[in-house]
Amino acid sequence: MIGTVATIGRAGGTAGGARAPRRGPSAEARAAAWLLAPALLVIGVCFLLPVGAALLLSLTDFDIYAVADLRNLRFIGLGNYRRLLADPVFWQALRNTVYFAFAGGPLSVLASLAAALLLDSRLARCKALFRTVFFAPVVTTLVAVAVVWRYLYHPHFGLLNRVLGWIGLPAIDWLGDQRWAMPAIILLAVWKNFGYNMIVFLAGLQNIPVTLYEAARIDGAGWWRQLRHVTLPMLAPTFLFVGVITMIGYFQLFTEPYVLTRGEGGPLGSTLSVVLLMYKQGFRFWNMGYAAALAFVLFLAILAVTALQLLWRRRGGGR
Amino acid sequence: MTGAGGEAGRGGGRRGAGRRLGAALLLNAALVLAAAVTLVPLLWMVSVSLMPTGEANVFPPAFLPSRVTFAHYRELFTRLDLSRYLLNSTLIAAAVTALSLLFNAMAGYAFAKLRFRGRERLFGLLLAALVIPTQVAMLPLFLLMRWLGLVNTYGGVVVPAMASIFGIFLMRQFALSLPDELLDAARIDGASELRIFRSVVLPLCRPVLLTLAIFTFLATWNDFTWPLVVLTDGRMYTLPIGLANLSGEHYQDTELMMAGAVLTIAPVLLLFIALQRYYIEGILLGSVKE
Repeated sequence: MIGTVATIGRAGGTAGGARAPRRGPSAEARAAAWLLAPALLVIGVCFLLPVGAALLLSLTDFDIYAVADLRNLRFIGLGNYRRLLADPVFWQALRNTVYFAFAGGPLSVLASLAAALLLDSRLARCKALFRTVFFAPVVTTLVAVAVVWRYLYHPHFGLLNRVLGWIGLPAIDWLGDQRWAMPAIILLAVWKNFGYNMIVFLAGLQNIPVTLYEAARIDGAGWWRQLRHVTLPMLAPTFLFVGVITMIGYFQLFTEPYVLTRGEGGPLGSTLSVVLLMYKQGFRFWNMGYAAALAFVLFLAILAVTALQLLWRRRGGGR
Repeated sequence: MTGAGGEAGRGGGRRGAGRRLGAALLLNAALVLAAAVTLVPLLWMVSVSLMPTGEANVFPPAFLPSRVTFAHYRELFTRLDLSRYLLNSTLIAAAVTALSLLFNAMAGYAFAKLRFRGRERLFGLLLAALVIPTQVAMLPLFLLMRWLGLVNTYGGVVVPAMASIFGIFLMRQFALSLPDELLDAARIDGASELRIFRSVVLPLCRPVLLTLAIFTFLATWNDFTWPLVVLTDGRMYTLPIGLANLSGEHYQDTELMMAGAVLTIAPVLLLFIALQRYYIEGILLGSVKE
């Protein structure tokens, strides 16, 4: 889920300098064209072109009849967007997605940070082993672990309710109760993903100069004040990167509710995400115009949240 | 190296040593607890997959099988189509890895080292496209694949994955560090640009190629949404699609589902454990902050 977006605004470094005199830039440019052609063709035809087509698609009433015969296609302007804004199911899906991203995102980042701080300590033993263990869920197949967690959440036979019983709490119908279904999905997502950002935080921690801690200790700063006044401020760029990629990934919630609720987003739509709604509308009911409008609303939401984080950081907020 | 718990060691004297020992015990206990929580779902999955039918659905739930049986694994391979899913997953992941590795390496090297007009602008455009969620392209891409006759074929999954912006970015980051003198020396020796790419650049890029290979293989193996859309027939399912489908039909067969989950996860987990150094390097290459 995480791990697609790589960098934020980094200007390309320039190669170059003195070159061998024998070949003009045209030979190099020709070679570059050949080397670039396959990748750019694939990305152009299979990604950029469809993105443009999706924008057009979202302005039409493309449905099952248009799938059969394109003559049934009509241009309806912003009709899909108007319909969408009036659709309570869309608002529910958006609310659920925002809930998942704004509760699950920070929780994941916090878990990653905690794991990284523990692992980075000089007192920790067997670091390589623990790092591998914490990272293992990241490489597992989401569908498979969702199947496993569905069993862990079983109201009678699941491990989670048994643990609750040990500490004297009542059993929870995790996936059957609308209040608990989303928290259950968040818990699974945190478990699955925290190892990824942990690695990024670990690298960030190792880049903090030791002298800063020494200075803080001379000033009599204890563990907590060192964390607040040295570690966290120095991790600010890492936080921005981790925050941006986590939120982008979490807004695309799909597989967890698909597997845990058998494709429905239940109970009573409490785990229906924007992408799951898009999938149902587009590929189950073939309302592709409507689904394309949904995809663009998702895109706008992701852009807005990313821009907010960049702005917030530029203003020096966050602490 | 840094803060967490580190200052306890600075106290000096016997009291300091005692506090340091306490902090070390506490910290390592927290690590062990966190590791246990992380591993329990995976360990329980393995344990339940070995239980006789019905044993997972009793109260209170058992942690270990009363007797170990491989019947569920046998059933997956004989009565159900799991061997077919395994084959599909392996072929698709291998093809995507090989092709995208080649195409991304070519493009990444060109962006890093070859001079041509508009290079920075083109690369910047590609990076900007990274903010577009892949789902936006999915609906028209499906129609395109239908038009090309690629729905429900390996090609439907492989073709769109043959290059990736992230892969090109990763390759370019690495290729930037190749010494220009080496490339120029090869040019002076009369090597063609393609020859330079094949005989100088690719061998030097081996570490990042390995990183990108394991990244791509794992991501393709685990991918769900696009294969779910484009593979419509049971014979073409990859493991995750097949497993999701089985888990809908065999909702109550917990032991069988756990065996399916083990078979889906085990190959990628083992691959990761064998090559984790390269995988983790990829995360760090992908998150450069300067």
